[in-house]
Amino acid sequence: MIIKSLLAGAVLAASTMATADAVEQGKAIAFDRKKGNCLTCHQMEGGTLAGNWGPPIMAMKARYPNKADLREQIWDPTKRNPMTSMPPFGRNGILTEEEIDLVVEFVHSL
Amino acid sequence: MKKLTQLGMVFGMVVSASALAGPEEDRTAFQNFYEKRFPQVVEGDFINGVYSILPGAREQWEAIEEFPPYEVAIEEGEELYNTVFANGKSLADCFDTPAQRENYPYWDSEKGKVVTMEQAVNDCRVANGEKPYKTKKGALAAVSAYMSYESRGQAINVVIPDDPAAIAAYNEGKELFYTKRGQLNFSCSDCHMYGAGLNARADTMSPAFGHASHWPVYRSKWQAMGTLHRRFAGCNTNIRAKPFKAQGTEYSNLEYFLTYMSNGLEFNGPGARK
Ligand code: HEC
Ligand code: HEC
Repeated sequence: MIIKSLLAGAVLAASTMATADAVEQGKAIAFDRKKGNCLTCHQMEGGTLAGNWGPPIMAMKARYPNKADLREQIWDPTKRNPMTSMPPFGRNGILTEEEIDLVVEFVHSL
Repeated sequence: MKKLTQLGMVFGMVVSASALAGPEEDRTAFQNFYEKRFPQVVEGDFINGVYSILPGAREQWEAIEEFPPYEVAIEEGEELYNTVFANGKSLADCFDTPAQRENYPYWDSEKGKVVTMEQAVNDCRVANGEKPYKTKKGALAAVSAYMSYESRGQAINVVIPDDPAAIAAYNEGKELFYTKRGQLNFSCSDCHMYGAGLNARADTMSPAFGHASHWPVYRSKWQAMGTLHRRFAGCNTNIRAKPFKAQGTEYSNLEYFLTYMSNGLEFNGPGARK
């Protein structure tokens, strides 16, 4: 019993750590001018010199209760709005699938 | 497949819009768009690009214009304009006056293509047995700076003749302006129409109304003069699209469309930009 809950605790801690790590990695990709370069258009907490081409990114958990929808918006925003100027990061291979997963973790934390 | 369908949709929209409206209607709608979006800009001031909408940056720019960084190019251009070719002629023999801006770009029905002022300079050289100048910077930009300076104050008045081939060239330029391209999937209009006045990082994007008025430009980033087609290529490279050839058909048609959209404004080149 004790061992089991200890184990569960360890697993829980490990997964929270993994998530925190993913958020940090995602942030690095999002802010990197050669990768996501999201600050060109969006204000995001922790970033400086942001543009105002797109809306500020905040309250993402409320706006996107379902992470998959957020991923979809980043993978190919033209699905929701064919005229959008936001680049299709997944569809056009600007970021890899793994990089997008990490960016989603970061953006969902905002 | 999905990508193709979406592209098809956009093309369809552009084509059906152009089937309904001719150049005249396009231009009225285009100019109205910017006049509504920037009601504070006084008539004729869109020729000053991003400074027409940024009063703060404008002061700095006006200070730069007092000791214009393009002055050297104008002098160099004048010299080249009068320099004698091997055959005894010069550029001055090809034009009745260096103040040529108002005559370009135009549809040349014999050649079956749009001719820009820079192309006419190179055509003159070739016709006289000289090599054409490189098309993005250097001597051609200098000659263009001199000729533009002499043309200051002329009205932009591009004519699209009632000739299917000329209208096709105009429509190609228009399509290039509105079609998303490159890995980053941007059209010129994304940035200079819907994005005009918004900031990409710290750069405010200029209105496309007035874009063709003030070339060539001394750009601080280049530390040199560049032609309009050099700027087109730069904007295409930024969105990770393969740029077209300067003075090739695509950019000449784009210049034809873009200059026509600014009809009614004045030529005020050469210019200085960040
Ligand atoms: C060139 C501009 C541009 C860039 C770069 C850009 N976006 Fe956007 N983004 C927009 C615009 C404009 C919108 C508004 C929605 C639309 O146009 O359909 C938007 C919307 C969004 C939304 C939806 C916001 C909401 O409230 O629903 C999210 C999330 C988002 N962007 C995330 C990102 C991320 C993450 C990156 C970088 C990896 C990024 N964007 C890069 C322009 C951009
Ligand atoms: C991703 C955004 C973006 C796209 C797409 C883009 N541009 Fe630009 N362009 C800029 C920025 C930023 C500048 C520098 C600031 C400004 O607008 O003057 C600029 C500058 C220019 C200028 C110089 C303006 C001046 O007053 O001297 C011209 C002309 C121009 N662009 C034309 C085009 C054309 C034509 C296309 C399409 C082939 C295009 N741009 C595509 C962002 C863009």
